[in-house]
Amino acid sequence: MNAVRALSWVELKLFLREPVTVVFTLALPPLVLYVLSEVFGDTPDPAGEVFRGVGGATFYLPAYFGLVIASLGLVGLPVHLAAYRERGVMRRFQAARMPVSALLASQLFVLLAGAAAGGALLLGLAAVAWDARWPVSWPGVGVAAVLGVVMFAAIGVLLGAVMPTARAAQGIGVLLWFTMMMVSGAGPPPEVLSPALRWIGDLLPLKHLVVALQDPWLGFGFNWTQAAILLAVGTAAAGLAVPALRQRR
Amino acid sequence: MAVALKIDELRKSYGTTRAVDGVDLVVDEGAIFGILGPNGSGKTTTVECAYGLRKADSGHITVFGLDPRTEPDRVARLVGTQLQDSALPDRIRVWEALHLFATLARQRVDENAALARWGLEGKRAASYGSLSGGQRQRLLVALALVARPRLVFLDEMTTGLDPNARREVWGLIEQVRREGTTVVLVTHFMDEAYRLCDRVAMLVRGRKVAEGSPAELVDRYGGGTVVRFAEPDDRVLPQLADVPGVIGIARDNGVVEVRGRGAFLAPLGYLLTTSGLSDLELQVVQPSLEDAYLSLLDGGRSLDGGRSLDGGSLLDGGAEVAR
Repeated sequence: MNAVRALSWVELKLFLREPVTVVFTLALPPLVLYVLSEVFGDTPDPAGEVFRGVGGATFYLPAYFGLVIASLGLVGLPVHLAAYRERGVMRRFQAARMPVSALLASQLFVLLAGAAAGGALLLGLAAVAWDARWPVSWPGVGVAAVLGVVMFAAIGVLLGAVMPTARAAQGIGVLLWFTMMMVSGAGPPPEVLSPALRWIGDLLPLKHLVVALQDPWLGFGFNWTQAAILLAVGTAAAGLAVPALRQRR
Repeated sequence: MAVALKIDELRKSYGTTRAVDGVDLVVDEGAIFGILGPNGSGKTTTVECAYGLRKADSGHITVFGLDPRTEPDRVARLVGTQLQDSALPDRIRVWEALHLFATLARQRVDENAALARWGLEGKRAASYGSLSGGQRQRLLVALALVARPRLVFLDEMTTGLDPNARREVWGLIEQVRREGTTVVLVTHFMDEAYRLCDRVAMLVRGRKVAEGSPAELVDRYGGGTVVRFAEPDDRVLPQLADVPGVIGIARDNGVVEVRGRGAFLAPLGYLLTTSGLSDLELQVVQPSLEDAYLSLLDGGRSLDGGRSLDGGSLLDGGAEVAR
């Protein structure tokens, strides 16, 4: 337990000292959200055909919370782990008999902390820049967010274990992140996407996290189906990631 | 004297490649034991098996009499390591790294004292990435020894360091031993092994081809000491072969080259003096551990380990008079 605590603390500090990751995961989403809120405003579409019947800014706020979690798991974590393996940090830890579980727990902690910070930044921006609509169900949003963090942490560990180098992890991570962003509700309104793009979105994990966050936030109730999907994807990714990590460290 | 590490008939293959093929080693407590050999000779694999990072295919390892397979936790508390190709995150601070490894040690560690012992107090808040090569090795040694192990494995610590930093690391290794820790040093620098090690084993293609103190290996495999002098009149040539310890004599263009082992220098000097050649300029070339190493790499076929005059060895090229 001491090892987990000591490593988590060090890992959090290392995360905050990595400017590229901090900008990409914590600063970029509020910036894009601000631009989108300026473009679309927060007046609901009278016909109710886009943004699930709510204003654009209200729709995007939970979506961008989901995007923060995705960027932590798709870019920050894989690049970090791949760099550890590439540079021999993993070997050093292994030689010091650092348990794999401590390393994984510390990464999960960093992701939870990063998601909390990112969520707070987005809410702060929303409170200042427009009359934000707060979540109808805080617990529902909280549970969906934790499930999202666990799922993207598992995906991130899998990518970090499979990618040969930190550069490869970064390239693939940004590509996945951008694809997911465009078709999962953080880009154009989902209602205007072609059926094919919507179908791709349904296959990608971010879409399910966005819906799982939006439903309790906007008052549609907790979405058990989406929550189950998050859990299933997370479990599958973790099932693949742990052996991959053991093999590749 | 107690035995710190004993390895019997260690074997380890990666796929079809035999990395270690029946290595035996005995490391006495308090010694600096060197493992030498070219790249791919199985040095690191041997160390990693002994440390418990890899599972040997067969063979037996004991660390202070304990079997790492049946008592991994007790063995883990007795050994430390500084692995080849291992590093820390660039942005971790020196004190953070020490604190993290002290936490893993599962025993109380005076972190400030550890920093002071390895001369890192001034670098407490420096990031790992900003340290010089020598300072990094100092930190890695400090981390390897943070739990006060009785046996430490140091794998290629000076590869890639400049000469100054290498000297610094040598001092570090001697300090480790002075503090009572047994050291297994993996290296491919012969000067390093000669300077530091009490005993060395040389591995070639997964097998141990020689073992002994550096001086013994030089004496056995170095090809002998060579004495050269210019003596165009060949006055002593016939009697040189009778000097005890001489193993080879050659001459070329009036330069005589005498090769010998053991205490042959004094009798040779006596012969030269009594032959009225006391004013000769003698050039004496001692073989180095590197000569022994190269001759062992050759499979011991060539005795021509000593450095020779321009144009190659007189023993090969010139007229060999006696053996």
